Amino acid sequence: MIELSHIVKRFGTHTVLNDISVTLAEGTVSALVGPSGGGKSTLLRCVNLLEIPTSGTIRLGDERLEFTPDRKVGWQAIQKLRRQTGMVFQNFQLFPHQTAIGNVMEGLVTVLKWPAARARARALELLEKVGMAHKAEAWPATLSGGQQQRVAIARALAPSPRVLLCDEPTSALDPELAEEVVEVLSRLAREGTTMIMATHDLRLASRVADHVIFLDGGVVVESGPPKTIFSTPERERTKRFIASLSAPMSYEI
Amino acid sequence: MSAGDRNSVCEALRLRSGHVLEQLHGNAGFTALPILHYELPSVPAQGGGSHVLKGSPLPHWLQLMVDSLPALLLAGLTFTVPLTLLSFTLGLLLGLVTAIVRLFAPAPLVAIARLYVWVIRGTPLLVQLFVIFYGLPSLGILLDAFPAALIGFTLNIGAYSSEIIRAVISSVPRGQWEAAYSIGMSWPQAMRRTILPQAGRVAVPPLSNTFISLVKDTSLAAAITVPELFQTAQRIVATTYEPLILYIEAALIYLAMSSVLSVLQVKLESRFARYGGFLEARA
Repeated sequence: MIELSHIVKRFGTHTVLNDISVTLAEGTVSALVGPSGGGKSTLLRCVNLLEIPTSGTIRLGDERLEFTPDRKVGWQAIQKLRRQTGMVFQNFQLFPHQTAIGNVMEGLVTVLKWPAARARARALELLEKVGMAHKAEAWPATLSGGQQQRVAIARALAPSPRVLLCDEPTSALDPELAEEVVEVLSRLAREGTTMIMATHDLRLASRVADHVIFLDGGVVVESGPPKTIFSTPERERTKRFIASLSAPMSYEI
Repeated sequence: MSAGDRNSVCEALRLRSGHVLEQLHGNAGFTALPILHYELPSVPAQGGGSHVLKGSPLPHWLQLMVDSLPALLLAGLTFTVPLTLLSFTLGLLLGLVTAIVRLFAPAPLVAIARLYVWVIRGTPLLVQLFVIFYGLPSLGILLDAFPAALIGFTLNIGAYSSEIIRAVISSVPRGQWEAAYSIGMSWPQAMRRTILPQAGRVAVPPLSNTFISLVKDTSLAAAITVPELFQTAQRIVATTYEPLILYIEAALIYLAMSSVLSVLQVKLESRFARYGGFLEARA
């Protein structure tokens, strides 16, 4: 169970998230959609504390962390929560000075102190899963965007996180390369990986997500199954946004 | 401070200031250098600057160079090279600490780091060396020539390299920090495993500049009585009266040392280049 309650995030006087509460079941995939600046990326980054919420509570499994504006959260508490998450970034952010397999092994060896041989075996298994085992020894710079993102997914999954966070995982890719990534993510979803993704990609959201949350102006405007949100949204704001997406309504694939 | 201490400090001061005077006068004519009489092993001093060896197949200038080479190389190996390597290593550590303080520490520490860089960069290295070696004894801090030079050069390298290190650390995109944190790394782990290796690559050319400058700048240690390469050349000049030949020879040895470093720089850069155009990887 992942529970975000009354999450508020302010940057100075600007309120980016205004009292957001959502509960996500384990084994499900949730898509955060909405216009840029609507707060979906910030909400996602609040889950692994790359952004510290101004106030609110986050519960991830057994870990529960409460935030108040006047109290700083300790490093230990942040690490405890963060280590239950993995993250995939829009721009991949692979470590350029390490090979593909080196990237996947990094967290296991440096953070979890696994012996190199065991980490390598696990990394190879994950690269296999994302279809990148043949490029294990390649440098990130020599890989296509789609390949880099698949390695990044393997890296995020390496420490077996409770939830995989994907921040616009296909936005930096052309449709063909994005398809590779959508393929991998939907396979992970079928295997029961818990995921939260912020995305503009309707194809990704409709194919992978069980649950869509539409965010605008720092509040949840509407949420529900993807079919409902994308084809028969209730709120005017949601309708306008869905209509503005130039991608064809490819929900019924 | 006991009377005995004070006496020894005064003595040191007298010795050192006497040395400066001699040095200053000495520069006029190469004759009054504060040196022990320096005998070349195989060149008997004949006065007037002529050292024609009977039966030598080499021209005079070359013979002189060959004869003085062992003494110069020995001075280079025992003083110039250790001074360079030690002060560069220690200076880099100091520079790294200073850069990290300036980037990440609370304001009072940042102010101290800025003050340090401001003072060291804003004053001549030679003056710094004189303050440490000739000046500090007035405060009861009496250092031998080599440690004094080592401290001076370390402080200098620390200040200059801190600016380079600060720049290259900030050149690593924020996303790399976030990627490191996202797989559970702590700040020190992210710094050591993710940020510094990438910053290191960018730092090679500017730090090579600093290193090569340092090799040449160690000749300033001659002025505070360190018997390094250049001072040895000065001593030989004082007995042979051949400044042109000896100083050109010293210059050539510095050139050779710098060349070795340039080659090492190229090697290091190509080693870092193996992971290719990593700017694209960040796009």
